[in-house]
Amino acid sequence: MKIKVIVTLKNGVLDPQGKAIQQTLNGMGFSSVNEVRQGKFFEVDVNEKDEAKAKIKVEDMCKKLLANLVIENFEIL
Amino acid sequence: MNSSVIIFPGSNCDRDMDVALKKFGFKNEMVWHDDEQLPKSDLIVLPGGFSYGDYLRCGSIAGKSKIIKSVVDFAAKGGLVLGICNGFQILTETGLLPGVLQQNKNIEFICKNVFVKVNNKNNKYFNSIDKDVLELHIAHNEGNYFCTNDELKMLEDNNLIAVSYCNEKGEVNEKSNPNGALQNIAGIFNKEKNILGMMPHPERMIDKYLSGEDGSIFFKNLLNNLK
Repeated sequence: MKIKVIVTLKNGVLDPQGKAIQQTLNGMGFSSVNEVRQGKFFEVDVNEKDEAKAKIKVEDMCKKLLANLVIENFEIL
Repeated sequence: MNSSVIIFPGSNCDRDMDVALKKFGFKNEMVWHDDEQLPKSDLIVLPGGFSYGDYLRCGSIAGKSKIIKSVVDFAAKGGLVLGICNGFQILTETGLLPGVLQQNKNIEFICKNVFVKVNNKNNKYFNSIDKDVLELHIAHNEGNYFCTNDELKMLEDNNLIAVSYCNEKGEVNEKSNPNGALQNIAGIFNKEKNILGMMPHPERMIDKYLSGEDGSIFFKNLLNNLK
């Protein structure tokens, strides 16, 4: 079963890449862009048939490796 | 004194560190990340580089290596663990040190000499060191130290900010901050001060003709403190 995860920077944490993307978009004429925050997307294929169980495993993976909880939040889709 | 340098796939300052440690009298061994046991050591060094290509987050994959369990045990018993650059990133990712090293504020890889102020000499690394400001080299893309307000307060209250970016006179200000690090933090200790993580590379400053010798001062002093 494939479980999808999004990892994003917490509010207030500096995101230099997002800032650069925002400035580039502004420069390209997308003047309505106020802010861009860059994150990560994971698709984890777990050998598990039960969705709830798979998600519990992936949550553990997020806490231990996929996200750094000092600066990042994760969301299992 | 015995030291061990851990090599991860993508480490690239391991040999420089080996040369530096041996130059000042350490009996050094290189240890592969996939080993489980550490040789008898007075000092463990996690060297600089780009372990696992900096995939996921700098230091995050190396932080799960087999050898890290032994490093954590070694540190828990009070053993000295020094992480330089990527080694510092690995120490934060394993939770041995608080916080995280983020991408530099200006999104540039920075490679230059900097000055750092030694804030705390009451530890094995800097005790009796006769300089307050060291000129060292930095080379990193993710050296922008960040931690929570609580962690910062804990670091400050316990005087655990080991070295701060400063100018030649030792003044810590925004202008002397190369990468946006919180409070100009260049390196920190754990509470017991046996673990030191720092971005600057002392091993690159050990030749009076090529680089200056503030790294030599660091290593000589460290060895003396361990004797």
